[in-house]
Amino acid sequence: MTDATSSSPASKPSTSLMTIDARTKKRNAAEKRFRSYGVAAIVVAMLALVGLMTSIISSGAPSFKQTFITLDVYMDPARLDKDGSGDRDKIAKVSTFGYAPLIEAAIQKAVDGNNITLAEGLSVKKAADLVSKEGPAEMRRTVLADTSVIGETLTFQFLASGRIDGYYKGRVTMETAELDGNISPEQLMLADDFKKAGIVETKFNWGFLTRADASENRPEAAGLGVAILGSLYMMIVVLCLTLPIGVAASIYLEEFAPKNWITDLVEVNISNLAAVPSIVFGILGLAIFINFAGLPQSAPIVGGLVLTLMTLPTIIIATRASLKAVPPSIRDAALGVGASKMQAVFHHVLPLAAPGILTGTIIGLAQALGETAPLLLIGMVAFVREYPGAPPEGFFDPAAALPVQVYNWTQRADPAFVERASGAIIVLLVFLLVMNAVAIILRRRFERRW
Amino acid sequence: MSAGLVILAIVLIATIGFFLGRSRAISQAGGDPRELHSLPAYYGQTVFLFAAVPALLVTIAWLLLQSTFVDTRVTGMINDADIAEGSSRALVMGDVRRIANGLNVAIERDALTEEQIETMRADETDVRAVLGGVGVALGSSVQQSVFEASKEFRQITSTLRNAMAVIAISLSLIGGAFALSRIHPEFRARNISETAVKALLLLCSGVAVLTTIGIIASLVFESAHFFKLHPASNFFFNSTWNPQFRGGSDLGILPLLWGTLYVSFIALIFAVPIGLLVAIYLSEYATKRVRSIVKPAVEILAGIPTIVYGLFALITVGPMLRDYFAQPLGLGTSSSSVLTAGLVMGVMLIPFVSSLSDDVINSVPQAMRDGSYGLGATQSETVKQIILPAALPGIVGAILLAASRAIGETMIVVMGAGAAAKLSLNPFEAMTTITVKIVSQLTGDTEFASPETLVAFALGLSLFVITLGLNVLALYIVRKYREQYE
Repeated sequence: MTDATSSSPASKPSTSLMTIDARTKKRNAAEKRFRSYGVAAIVVAMLALVGLMTSIISSGAPSFKQTFITLDVYMDPARLDKDGSGDRDKIAKVSTFGYAPLIEAAIQKAVDGNNITLAEGLSVKKAADLVSKEGPAEMRRTVLADTSVIGETLTFQFLASGRIDGYYKGRVTMETAELDGNISPEQLMLADDFKKAGIVETKFNWGFLTRADASENRPEAAGLGVAILGSLYMMIVVLCLTLPIGVAASIYLEEFAPKNWITDLVEVNISNLAAVPSIVFGILGLAIFINFAGLPQSAPIVGGLVLTLMTLPTIIIATRASLKAVPPSIRDAALGVGASKMQAVFHHVLPLAAPGILTGTIIGLAQALGETAPLLLIGMVAFVREYPGAPPEGFFDPAAALPVQVYNWTQRADPAFVERASGAIIVLLVFLLVMNAVAIILRRRFERRW
Repeated sequence: MSAGLVILAIVLIATIGFFLGRSRAISQAGGDPRELHSLPAYYGQTVFLFAAVPALLVTIAWLLLQSTFVDTRVTGMINDADIAEGSSRALVMGDVRRIANGLNVAIERDALTEEQIETMRADETDVRAVLGGVGVALGSSVQQSVFEASKEFRQITSTLRNAMAVIAISLSLIGGAFALSRIHPEFRARNISETAVKALLLLCSGVAVLTTIGIIASLVFESAHFFKLHPASNFFFNSTWNPQFRGGSDLGILPLLWGTLYVSFIALIFAVPIGLLVAIYLSEYATKRVRSIVKPAVEILAGIPTIVYGLFALITVGPMLRDYFAQPLGLGTSSSSVLTAGLVMGVMLIPFVSSLSDDVINSVPQAMRDGSYGLGATQSETVKQIILPAALPGIVGAILLAASRAIGETMIVVMGAGAAAKLSLNPFEAMTTITVKIVSQLTGDTEFASPETLVAFALGLSLFVITLGLNVLALYIVRKYREQYE
């Protein structure tokens, strides 16, 4: 470790202090090497972060854009209201298949009106496949909402089918279309012609944030509306339960608990609970809340309860830390002017610890928002098309959750769903970013150092 | 009277009691609050507590016991002949409850009157159609004895409900009045209200213990159920995992355990050196500026949900490893592999290892560093020969905690490791883990009587025991080490 060996009294030092001997050189090189390992480790970690972010953002960003086809559709009474009675019940009998010919007619009109020639072998029926299968359903909803539109010509902004949408996002090309049974190069050429005519355009996709999930063969119509609502409901449940319970438990353990084995047991228990794998909480939820207590599957209330139990240790640990940070002189001063222990805690310690508690709670909520595994077990993977009702009944309606929706979409065959899944991750990350930013601002704004 | 209404009434009475108690305390003291033992609000709180707590406890206990009581009274009314093949008395009781509910709905909607129900007979009227008309769907047509049981069920339930309302509300009134009558200036109201608050705090800190009990109970009971249906030796020592939904399946944990350990091992091989070096660099070398940038950036990795890592494994890392390594080397063609899941999990564990080691390294006393420098050691020599040996127990603890995280991790392996249970050494092959199989056995349509579903609980129990063991060991080591330098 030292090179004091050369200082034997008999021999002169072989080298001057000013010149570096071989051993020192070696040690300095080792020093440099070690330092560069450290830098390399940091670079690897940063590269992983950058790689993760770019991969998710680059594959998810397109999902915020969507190709739309604007068509003037003549709501033909001959098809929608055959006997002309205007009776809503009779009109409701026309299924979405009955609306498809109207779109074909509208496509034909658009082709004629813009002097486009349909390519060889491209029937009008095939050309109408440019429009999403959601299109007829949308028209049917419009008609059933107001039957008086029958006989008029309405302008609809239809979603383009998933493959056409993918074509304008670079996912589908002429070459892949050759091999794809769902789309042909002729259809893509027609879409290009339409684009020149201004019928097809790509715009910001609000529907991605508001629509419900859609079935396997219409990825273009799938949105996050139900999932965002479900996650919101769960967060409300988690907040309403963990904050009071967590704060109460921390106050007891930090300020009142006698030092004995029971308290020790509770403390060990909490720190172990914080490290239990999240999927085990899912098993707990399935066994206790669903099978034993009989709560409904896929309901935000069950998800909220499971996430509450999972977040509780995090919040208790954060709250105890901020209670501990309040100096004992505050308590002593309060006790000194005649406050009871309870008054000292609730009137003085708790308000001073509040910013720290709030920060811990927000971080705990952010953790709960991104949690997936336990929700898979309590049935949140189910395909939910209906928005849950308003709270409190809505807490018992089936709903999806943001991270589970991501998982759900990755399990589907159409590559358009992978894009949607990445887009959903971006939405999730934005929520997390906002929550963490709020936590940091709160801490900066209200933190007190003693 | 519905339970919600009873609770609302009790709260209302207690709130009125609060104001009465407060004003009575002031008037007892002759209008001067200084004559009182406690602040006036505490007298109000005491009345509130006396009016609310016993009444609410009775209500809750009543609600919990009522359904069992009614079930035992009614269940005998069902003829054995009316229990369909393959059904059970418990399932028929579910029907009884549904019919009784349906009758209530029918009355609410004015589709039926009490007299009509009284004279209605299942063998004369089509009860299923009647209830279907008000939006209550029944699985099968209703037998007469079942229908009679439903009527009885309704009768008893409503009688008990009313009895509960009367008892709870009168209890609330009595409690409030009693507390009011006790109020005088010497009355120690604050002590009572503070004891109550303290009991509430104690109750809340019990939630964590209850959670643990709930976890253990649900895992153990369902696992016991599983081991009754399936031999334990097959579960623990069989090296094939092959669930058949017709029965006679092999449910050996060994291939799953192997996959779990293999993935975790790769993750740790990747995460431990990097995490440790990051921690050493940040605590020993980095300037304040570098530290203030790098540390939060590494912590971002810790805040990213695991589903994001899962997607990263699925769309980027998996295909990349397959196209650039596995296929050219002829080692496999699957994009989900042990290596994919292991590497991505390693990235997830970097911040975990680095922040824990950072704490440990920082708690090594400065005097030890200074002593080493004073003897002429370089910084890296100090780190390698002084700091790391001193911090070793803490670092081992951190690694154990990271291992427990890796073993319990679900989403990354679900999306990155594959679903095939195999015992193989090739890291480019898809393998599966305990957590993946818990998810796959418990999602979708599951029937809770088959060993193929219940095995998930046995797997969960194994997972819980392994991770708990690692955590306890890690916490023990860390705690022991901390004491050494404090």
